[in-house]
Amino acid sequence: MNDQIIFEDVSKFYGEVLGVNRVSLSIPPGITTLVGPNGSGKTTLMNLMTGLVQPSSGTISVMGLSPSNSPELFRILGYCTQFDFFPRGLTGWQFIFDSLMLHGMSDADAFQLTVEAIERVQLGDAAGRKIAGYSKGMRQKVRLAQAIAHHPRVLVLDEPLNGLDPMARAESIALFQELGRQGMHLLISSHILDEVDRISDRVVLITGGYLIAEGSIQQVRQEVREKPMQVLIRCDQPAVLASKMFAINHCVEARLHADGRGVFLRTADIDQFYSMLNGIAAEGLVKIEAVAPADDDASAIYQYLIGSDGSAL
Amino acid sequence: MRETRTNFWKHLAQQPWGLWWIQGRRLVRIEVRRNLFSWKAAWIYFLAFIPTFIILIHLVADRHNATWMSDDTNVLAGIVQLYYVRLGVFFGCLGIFSRLIRGEMIERSLHFYLLSPVRREVLLLCKFVAGSVSAVLLFGSALLVDFALMYAGFGAAGTDYVFNGPGLGQLEAYLAIVVLACLGYGAVFLLLSMMFKNPTPAAMLVLGWEAINPVMPSILQKISVASYLRHLMPVSVSANGIFALLTVQAEPVSAWAATLGLLVLIAVVLVYSCYRMRSLEIRYATE
Repeated sequence: MNDQIIFEDVSKFYGEVLGVNRVSLSIPPGITTLVGPNGSGKTTLMNLMTGLVQPSSGTISVMGLSPSNSPELFRILGYCTQFDFFPRGLTGWQFIFDSLMLHGMSDADAFQLTVEAIERVQLGDAAGRKIAGYSKGMRQKVRLAQAIAHHPRVLVLDEPLNGLDPMARAESIALFQELGRQGMHLLISSHILDEVDRISDRVVLITGGYLIAEGSIQQVRQEVREKPMQVLIRCDQPAVLASKMFAINHCVEARLHADGRGVFLRTADIDQFYSMLNGIAAEGLVKIEAVAPADDDASAIYQYLIGSDGSAL
Repeated sequence: MRETRTNFWKHLAQQPWGLWWIQGRRLVRIEVRRNLFSWKAAWIYFLAFIPTFIILIHLVADRHNATWMSDDTNVLAGIVQLYYVRLGVFFGCLGIFSRLIRGEMIERSLHFYLLSPVRREVLLLCKFVAGSVSAVLLFGSALLVDFALMYAGFGAAGTDYVFNGPGLGQLEAYLAIVVLACLGYGAVFLLLSMMFKNPTPAAMLVLGWEAINPVMPSILQKISVASYLRHLMPVSVSANGIFALLTVQAEPVSAWAATLGLLVLIAVVLVYSCYRMRSLEIRYATE
């Protein structure tokens, strides 16, 4: 069986409103994060790959299966949506147990998997209470438990960390990492960019319905190599260093670090920049303590790729 | 041609009927629980049992004489034809069946079903069965109690009418009418709830259509639930004024033809509903 999630030239229009446009994407196993502002098309992509909406054009394949009315797909896929609603009157336990029963498994198996899922998300005794009385964090947990209860091979998580307290957030991230290590496909959307770096093997950047970059964060950074890159240089005389770099035309922007012991320099040619920096260090005029890319993370890359108004460059 | 037919049956036999049966039973159990045991169902209980309450008062407050039994038989026939079929079952089914898909869209919980490994057609048909079971349980049991209370006051004469006379046959016919009404209106409202965000205006049009249908040409009478049910009534209701319109016997049809006609109508509506269900999209933001 194909182990990839494949979008081939997929477009989705809601009437005249663009959802996503001509997206072609191939996602291997591991943790992949969809990054983009609200309304960028992240949820549409997730709904398309789970068959909740149908593509206007193009084809989608999840592990070789089409998402359109495919019971086989939902045996291997779990989707934790961001819809914060549940069937009326159910306890957390009933919600998970009922959904497992629809897989056609025995009562004993459904019971066992329900217990396991509740333990995994650490819902505890709250599972016996009505969902209507849950906090937002608990509702998020029970949704996650329902999505992973049947041991899916593909797990789609739409803003899974929303509403979680720091402790629950850390536990969830650890769980995602564990699932990713087990070879599961995890597709996560998040707008909390500093969490993306920690948990994802690859990122997919999307804005305005258009895919703008995909790959590992380093690969994506490579894709936008022609864009100015920012480097933090720790040194004893940051102002002198900045003026030197400006003088040799390899610096397009400079900003002093808040502690006054470093400078952020933005350059359009990183190779030349490092070469010149080595020259300045050899002169001994400035004592350089450390050099590190300051924007080799998803947040910075994302800022490069979209304009201030959120439109693609 | 013969090969095509063989392939069709072979294909049919290869379907996972056992799994669908298990999933169906569980879906129906979940849905019936939600239909019958929630505060939102209270008004449907009210619709079903309001005649029961009135008949109970009649039993307690009025004198019963065996010579008046035919009057009570006519009243019961009127309750079934003019209240249950035209109003009680109609609005009860509107409440139950329009909630099955549209209600879950409004409550934003339908996606949980669409993300389960159940074929959408199986899901829709199971929801229909669950709605039918709920409606039949409510209105059928109400009718049983109505019937028992209506003849309880006549003592031995009432018992004789029910067990040695035409009573049981009439009860069977009334129950058949209620079951068919639940199935017929259920199928119509399930489809309407998938076609319209608010199915109530469309349901009001159906109500108007059902009311004027008896005076329509016979070809148009075939597109009506109540017109089929009229032919199954064991006791003809004579009414005056506006009610006369509702009880017109335009063209006599045998009971089996009326039942078959209604079942065909239900099947056509359900097949089209399944077709719509296949392409149903979750777009809660537009609800």
